[in-house]
Amino acid sequence: MAMSSSLAAIRRRAVAPSPLAARARAMASLFGHVEPAPKDPILGVTEAFLADPSPDKVNVGVGAYRDDNGKPVVLDCVREAERRIAGNLNMEYLPMGGSIKMIEESLKLAYGEDSEFIKDKRIAAVQALSGTGACRLFADFQRRFLPDSQIYIPTPTWSNHHNIWRDAQVPQRTFTYYHPESRGLDFAGLMDDIKNAPNGSFFLLHACAHNPTGVDPTEEQWREISYQFKVKNHFPFFDMAYQGFASGDPERDARAIRIFLEDGHQIGCAQSYAKNMGLYGQRAGCLSILCEDEMQAVAVKSQLQQIARPMYSNPPVHGSLVVSIILNDPELKSLWLKEVKGMADRIIGMRKALRENLESLGSHLSWDHITNQIGMFCYSGMTPEQVDRLTNEYHIYMTRNGRISMAGVTTGNVAYLANAIHEVTKTK
Amino acid sequence: MASSAAAFAVLRGGKSEARAGCRVGITRKNFGRVMMALAVDVSRFEGVPMAPPDPILGVSEAFKADKNDLKLNLGVGAYRTEELQPYVLNVVKKAETLMLEKGENKEYLPIEGLAAFNKATAELLFGADNPVLKQGRVATLQSLSGTGSLRLAAAFIQRYFPEAKVLISSPTWGNHKNIFNDARVPWSEYRYYDPKTVGLDFEGMIADIQAAPDGSFVLLHGCAHNPTGIDPTPEQWEKIADVIQEKKHMPFFDVAYQGFASGSLDEDASSVRLFVERGLEVFVAQSYSKNLGLYAERIGAINVVCSTPEVANRVKSQLKRLARPMYSNPPIHGARIVANVVGDPTMFGEWKQEMEEMAGRIKNVRQKLYDSLSAKDKSGKDWSFILRQIGMFSYTGLNKTQSDNMTDKWHIYMTKDGRISLAGLSLAKCEYLADAIIDSFHNGLGTAK
Repeated sequence: MAMSSSLAAIRRRAVAPSPLAARARAMASLFGHVEPAPKDPILGVTEAFLADPSPDKVNVGVGAYRDDNGKPVVLDCVREAERRIAGNLNMEYLPMGGSIKMIEESLKLAYGEDSEFIKDKRIAAVQALSGTGACRLFADFQRRFLPDSQIYIPTPTWSNHHNIWRDAQVPQRTFTYYHPESRGLDFAGLMDDIKNAPNGSFFLLHACAHNPTGVDPTEEQWREISYQFKVKNHFPFFDMAYQGFASGDPERDARAIRIFLEDGHQIGCAQSYAKNMGLYGQRAGCLSILCEDEMQAVAVKSQLQQIARPMYSNPPVHGSLVVSIILNDPELKSLWLKEVKGMADRIIGMRKALRENLESLGSHLSWDHITNQIGMFCYSGMTPEQVDRLTNEYHIYMTRNGRISMAGVTTGNVAYLANAIHEVTKTK
Repeated sequence: MASSAAAFAVLRGGKSEARAGCRVGITRKNFGRVMMALAVDVSRFEGVPMAPPDPILGVSEAFKADKNDLKLNLGVGAYRTEELQPYVLNVVKKAETLMLEKGENKEYLPIEGLAAFNKATAELLFGADNPVLKQGRVATLQSLSGTGSLRLAAAFIQRYFPEAKVLISSPTWGNHKNIFNDARVPWSEYRYYDPKTVGLDFEGMIADIQAAPDGSFVLLHGCAHNPTGIDPTPEQWEKIADVIQEKKHMPFFDVAYQGFASGSLDEDASSVRLFVERGLEVFVAQSYSKNLGLYAERIGAINVVCSTPEVANRVKSQLKRLARPMYSNPPIHGARIVANVVGDPTMFGEWKQEMEEMAGRIKNVRQKLYDSLSAKDKSGKDWSFILRQIGMFSYTGLNKTQSDNMTDKWHIYMTKDGRISLAGLSLAKCEYLADAIIDSFHNGLGTAK
């Protein structure tokens, strides 16, 4: 705790009451007008869950995978990758655009291993701070280079989408998506909104495993959407946060993107490794924009980097090392594919179990949607009041829009959960 | 203007005309709106220009391309050993191995980051016994190193102090301006560097801070000013605090080199602590890029010292609200390393040791460079400013043309403002560097200073 003696002497003088210091302390805060922010609707659920002392409590709120014991999982392929990293590599700054290797592998996953667009170097791509960061970079890019554009966001969507484009100051509109009566897709409404939007509009599409509904278009429907996008010259921006996690097969989960690419669209794509590699807190993701040619891709990438530089300078290295080690090593990649399928299969199994439990409890309601929907979330159709009852009477935590995180469902709690849902939804 | 843009588009589109076949007949109102007779696959990004190369990173790239044996890279603001290799601190390797053994999960951190890290970082900065911590008056958020911390603060300023201006030193780290520009916070400069003395223009600094509208934000480098290496003396810090108080300005510290400047973590934080002790509300951005060598992990924090704990809670909640649509929650790895190192007394002691060694190496090359310059330069020029500067960088006083001479003739890579990174200098190369500086200073074309 050594300090230079002259500085120490000055500090002693300063500690003695001085008019300036006393006045400063008596001053009102300069932050008097700063109101408390509302609680984040999703993260607030976990906070409440953690605070609950009940032994029966169940957390089906936040979208993070849990194993059948309700525990967070670190994939074996990730542990192995980390073992190879630990203490070895130095931590020099990545280039502004992030890890080249990680970007290369991410593009292969999204666009296809043999994609001509990759060969032709037509994709402007940067490593991003998971899905959020990728969306935000794109939103800021829109604001800067396409200042007249807006974004059409599905109803409903992940709540942070609204925050992202709002803070980027890009005007938002919504388009029809979810059909409450059937707990499925309102395809006719969706197509109407696509047709009625001005030509050249920007649309945010969930590539697979729509969050929060779990409702995805069929392949046929995707083809029709793509066709209509062509007619209207709309720009498709895909948020792909669950590749591999939805069906268990990354190629299959990228189907919508591939359809659009086949149809000649120039797309944007946000990718996240939070769920499919379990890298949540590592913030590993990628933003890509398919451009006209290599020269344009270089220009666009340079501008994405310009946006990133005053936000965080360059992206964090650790998660990107894990991703590139895994995807570059055939054995590790193969292990990853197995593990991601395992996660997806467990979720699919729990969907089946929840539905069967509800049906065998004699519920008169239809619960088909539980198994029709896909990915981490199930839009149960329950009302906020019913959700409140689940929480207050049964210590079951979920967001008030009725979204159940299936990742939180286990063989140990599925019966309890089904019973509680039945109790609050059964008609008298 | 619109029609020439269209013409340009058509001209440029020559090669793909055969492919697309429909370029003609397109008009463009501005970058965004494309009016067309029929839907065609013309790129929306036609008007996106190539961004200029980064002034600092471009230096490293040019260095890599140079085949000359004598080449020296003094551009990079990253610590190098005497062998000019990157350095991973031993204590960091230990922490990572420990973390691997513990096998902790990778769950999302809360928006404000890892609690253990936030506690450690605030204590490191303010001192563990600081009353402001005990009173709960500090809002601390883990953020993406120095840049991310500055950006969060800038976004907060834009939202809650939309009329306010930020005063930044002339010169300052290049990215400061980008950060405030992108956050849409107006800024102006206060005098700082005096080329005549290669020292601090203290009177100019005070005058400019005095002249600014009340309630401005004053961006101060806590220690080891980047790019000049020139820090105010303790007496000067007191006077700076006086004028800031008088004007009801908000002090906003960028602390990227705590421990790296003098070798002592506490001493390097004394400017911040001085302001806090006066009861002022203060913003402080921290980075662990240099002092723990965690560059690419992007670990830092934004701290806001508030008048009451209740205010601190509100401020924290709004900072979170700004972070959520930027990146949701911060990366975990670097935070865990810091928390482990600072939280374990043995590792903390080892860190302080390695910190002193790194700072010590820099002080040694400074001395050797000064000695070499004094011995070799027969002109009688006073090179002692090099010894008065502190931290990783030295502002040599060379202008752009002279800096170019350094590169073109001597294969020494530095930024064009005359800044050299002593972190990239070895004792072995000091004499060569001295020769180059003397030559560039006296013989390099352009107005010598």
